[in-house]
Formats: sequence, structure tokens, C-alpha cells
Amino acid sequence: MTIEEIIKPENRVYAKPRLLNDNNMHYCPGCSHGVVHRLIAEIVEEMGIEDKTIGIAPVGCAVFAYNYVDIDWIEAAHGRAPAIATAVKRLNPSRMVFTYQGDGDLAAIGTCETIHAANRGENIVIIFINNGIYGMTGGQMAPTTLEGMKTSTTPYGRRIDLNGYPLNITSLVAQLDGTCYVTRQAVHTPAAVRKTKNAIKQAFQNSMDGKGTSLVEIVSTCSSGWKMTPVQANKWMEENMFAKYPLGDIKNTVKQ
Amino acid sequence: MAKVLGAVTVNQERCKGCDLCVVACPTKVLALQPKEVNNKGYHFAYMQNPEACIGCSSCATVCPDGCIEVYRVIVK
Amino acid sequence: MKEEVRLMKGNEAIAHAAIRYGVDGYFGYPITPQSEILETLEAEMPWETTGMVVLQAESEVAAINMVYAGAACGKAVMTSSSSPGVSLKQEGISYIAAGELPALIVNVMRGGPGLGTIHPSQADYFQATKGGGHGDYHLIVLAPSTVQEMADFVTLGFDLAFKYRTPAMILADGIVGQMMEKVVLPPARPRRTDEEIARQCPWAITGRPATRKPNVITTLELDTAQMERNNERYQRTYHVIEQNEVRYEKFMTEDADYLIVAFGSMARICQKSIEEAREQGIKIGLIRPITLWPFPYQAIKELSDKVKGILVVELNAGQMIEDVRLAVEGNLPVHHFGRLGGIVPNPQEVLEAFNNKFPDAKK
Repeated sequence: MTIEEIIKPENRVYAKPRLLNDNNMHYCPGCSHGVVHRLIAEIVEEMGIEDKTIGIAPVGCAVFAYNYVDIDWIEAAHGRAPAIATAVKRLNPSRMVFTYQGDGDLAAIGTCETIHAANRGENIVIIFINNGIYGMTGGQMAPTTLEGMKTSTTPYGRRIDLNGYPLNITSLVAQLDGTCYVTRQAVHTPAAVRKTKNAIKQAFQNSMDGKGTSLVEIVSTCSSGWKMTPVQANKWMEENMFAKYPLGDIKNTVKQ
Repeated sequence: MAKVLGAVTVNQERCKGCDLCVVACPTKVLALQPKEVNNKGYHFAYMQNPEACIGCSSCATVCPDGCIEVYRVIVK
Repeated sequence: MKEEVRLMKGNEAIAHAAIRYGVDGYFGYPITPQSEILETLEAEMPWETTGMVVLQAESEVAAINMVYAGAACGKAVMTSSSSPGVSLKQEGISYIAAGELPALIVNVMRGGPGLGTIHPSQADYFQATKGGGHGDYHLIVLAPSTVQEMADFVTLGFDLAFKYRTPAMILADGIVGQMMEKVVLPPARPRRTDEEIARQCPWAITGRPATRKPNVITTLELDTAQMERNNERYQRTYHVIEQNEVRYEKFMTEDADYLIVAFGSMARICQKSIEEAREQGIKIGLIRPITLWPFPYQAIKELSDKVKGILVVELNAGQMIEDVRLAVEGNLPVHHFGRLGGIVPNPQEVLEAFNNKFPDAKK
């Protein structure tokens, strides 16, 4: 059988989801954002909720998420996505509302909104991309930057005495009574991508079912900011990021 | 025993040559074009070793840019 | 709910008027002297009757962003605060203006700068009328001087905000917020249905039905040519508002030799000053801008041709006076009288100030 005979529509087992449109994404090569965007598009399609899904885009690299996933979006001011999601969900209780935020947006300038939305148990989903760096502004220190990690504002490595400790915000959020599902995942291998997809799907279902706040952290790479190739960045993430941010469910009060 | 035949297509203009699909492939099918580049200057991925493809979708699963479509035929 | 005559505070009137207007959501944070708005809404529990969402947010910053969100959904949403809290909201207000979204913001002003005082002030005139947040934008600014206007301007503010897709502000002061007066509350009208919102606001974020393209509310535009076109569109809207929505009230201006310009609660106090002045044979008239933006430049210019001088009376160090001076284009003397720090002058004090500024008026 020739390759041409295999490549026929009836034999297709995987294609990018329809909701992920044809715009070329502005992300750097190998960026985890692209995988997570695609997963969101796949899940919304599979759950049949594209007319109910409202996304809240952050400030940071994912500010243009609305250019790639064909659902309704509101672009938030820096850090305010959980407050915006709160109001959207309260005013439209039948909708599935999620925020998409990076570590600077969620864990630095938006800490207050993150904690309080989760503590109120808003029926929203927070998707948290944690790559330990500010990507969009050129690689500055984030609250989640590891000790010793070099960034443009910690050029000799993050020092605890100067910059404090890496912030494990996900574990903090898991302690809040308003959260029903808090998990930490990654998208560096096919198996990890499949687990992340299941996690986001469960979180979206929780929002539809009114179970409380779900937070899915995705430990991610920033090959440009980390100054590595995408393949090196994945390896570095496994060896360093996962030690501080171990993968797995931190809290799940929803019976599956 | 049934044999699985797979193949992939890569959207060359979307591909940024990040190499993650190459690493994810369990049967060493994919490689980056050593010389040829797309309109953005990236060495895009292609099937260097197509007969090894089992259509497992690992490459498409890790692809950050949704460039890869996967096809599979089971031959009995 | 039918039309109803009640005795209540200005702050309470805003809360009742909001429920009766069919507001979809209120998002606020306590701060004196406006906390009764949130308290009244929580006590009335409108979510049980009209379905209105009322939420005490974690901060003024969160509250204004909730308003941005609700407005993006085409809902009638509002927030209220007082001066320091309104400073915190400025970023969000700029986003609402840039997003071309309708919303109502209430500022019951207290004295500043800084934490200032809880006592009344009108020192946020610049902030309200000249932008406040970053970028080239304007708010429609309504200045109530009675409890009745506190209620009426909820309706007017939302109507204008939706008509022009731009945020409106009720710029009240602590006096109007706290004082009790008779107020006629309008009959209640139902909140708009989702179908009505989708029809009236085709841009609204509702979740995308298969029949349309995605709606996106964003204020980011990196293409400079497009960003200039966006700004030009905002400016065209502001120009239309300036043409159509100037509101003001005149009092005894027909035979006036002098003019007082004052807004909000100071305008009421100045009415009394004018009555006392006329008993002494000094013919002063009053013009009260109701919209501080758009400002009644033309009305003041026309009156300035007939009078010898203008006194601008404000609870600040001289803010609206700049617009009055722009209006009269140097044709006649324009003086200012104001008290600061939360002190409110009485009518005699205003008249004394007038006589000091215009000693010839008595002759």
C-alpha cells in the first residue's frame, strides 16, 4: 500500500480540531501554549459546548488566545481574569467559563483575584500555564521562577534573600474550600498531553455541573525565555520544574 | 496478524520546526528538513522514514501548532 | 413595583433605582460615604425578585473588572465607590471605554488627595471629566444635586451608556449621597432577556451560536493604523455626544448682572446665596451644569455676553473653573470660591466671597 493510498479522508485518525482556526499562532517554536489551545478546542468540540463556552484571555503571551480558538472571548486586564470570569458566570450561569492565565498574570499581579474567586467557589475553570518566567515581556522573573534560575531580572539566578521563594500557588489554592478540583499536569509527552486533556475535560464538566472552582496548572516550557531548544526545555522542565511542581491531582472532591 | 500502516501529513507553512514531534515519534519516522525551509524560514518536519509509521498520533498529540494529520489503515 | 414616593438617602435611591431599572449586576466594595448603595442592595435581595446579581467584590479593582465583564456580555451592570476607590477603578474604566462598552459608575466624592477625609468634596472633577485613566477617552458625567436626580440618573446614565456604547458616571458628592429627601421612584421594568440582549447588542459575549462568528471584546491592537482608526471612532462618538447630550439648568439668569456656576450640592447652596443677594439688590443668576462632560460651554458663553463677571463655586481648589474660563474665552473676569478638606460653605459664606471678588456689584 502506498502512502497516497493511506492518506485518504476515510483513514484519517487525527486532525486539528475545527475550533482551532487556520491563523498561524504567534508563539515561539515548541511553546506549550499551542498544545493547550488545541486541547481546549478539542474538548469544547467533543463536549458540544461551543455555544456555551466563554474564554477569558490574560495579559502575557496568551493575550491573543482569542485569535486561535473560535469561541467568544473577553480579553482581561493584567491579572483580572478570575474577577471577569466571576461576573460572566454569575450573569450567565448556564455558560462554561474559563480563564487562561500565565504565572505572572495569575500568581503575581492577579493573586488577589485568583484567591478570592477560588475561595468564593465560583463555578469557573482556571487554566494556569506555569513556565516560571514572563515570556511576553522578554523573560523576566516570575513568582514561580525556581531558585537559582536565570532570567533577565535575575541575571545571576533567583536568590531567596533578594527575591523570596518560588510561589506554589496551586497548592495554596487547593487549600481553599471553594475549590473542587486542583491538579497539576504537563504537555511534554503524548501521555502527559492525554492526562492534561482528561483534567481539563473534568474541570469543564465541573463548571457545567456547578461544583465549584477547578484549577488546572500546566507546568510548561518557555524555550525562548529559558534560552534552550524546545527539546532541551522539556528535559530541563522534567529535571527541575517537576521537583518543585510535582505532577498529579492535588485535590479532587468530585466523584468521577 | 493484522498489520498497522500509518502516515502523516505536515502543514509545512504552520510548522515551526520545533522538533518535538521528531522526539515523540516511537518509530523514528519524522525528521526536520535538513535544507529546505518554509516561508517563515523554518526547517519543517517531514516523514523521513514513512514505512515505519504506525499511525499512533504521538507526533500530532505533542505538536504545538496543530500541523499534523494522522492516517491509519489496518491490513489483515 | 409601581411608582412610589419615598423618603430616603441619595445612596439608597441609587440602589432602589437600579433594581427598578432592571440592572443585571452590581459589583461593589465598601467605602464611606457610599456604602449604603451596596448595603441597600444586599438588604433588598433583588436576586430573589428581578434576578439581579449583587456581589461584594474583593476590591474596587476586581469590582470594576466585573463590570467590564458584565458590560462585555451586553448586560446592564454598575459599580459605585468613593474617591480613593474610584482612583483604583481607573484602569478598568479605561478598558470599558476602549472596549466601547456601556456601564454605569457612581462616584460619591469625598475629600482627597490620598486617603483624605470621609467628608464631602467635589475634587474629582478633573478625574471624571478629563479622562482619569490612561488614553484618549471620555465618560458621560452626570452631576446630581438632589436625591431625585440620584435615582433619575441611574436611568439616564444607563440609557446614554447603551445609546453610545460608552461608560457613564454619576459624579455625586457626599452631601447628595447622605442627605435624605423625598424621591419618586420609577415603576419597575423587567430585565432584558438573553434574546433581547443578543438582538440589541450583536457584539455581546454570549457563547457563540453556530449562526455567527466569534465575538471578542479586547482593547489590544498592535496594528498602529488600526489603533488610530479605533481612536478616531471613539472620537467621533464623543463628538456626537457633545452635539446632543449637553444638559444644564438655569436659575434667575434672565436679568442677571453676574453669574455663579456650580454643580451638584454646591448649586443648591448657591441658589440660596442668590436669593439673599437679590434681597440686597444684587442680581446674580446661576447656571448648573448637569452633564460635566459634555460641558455646557455654549450656554455659558452665551450668558457671559450679558453679565459682568462669573464666580465658580466648587468644593475643590478650582477645577471646573478651567472649563468655565475656556467657555468665556477671556471675555470677562472669572473667579473661584471653594472650601477644601470636606468643609461645605453656607450660603452667606458664598455671598461674602462673591462680594469680595466683585466689590463693584453692590454699588
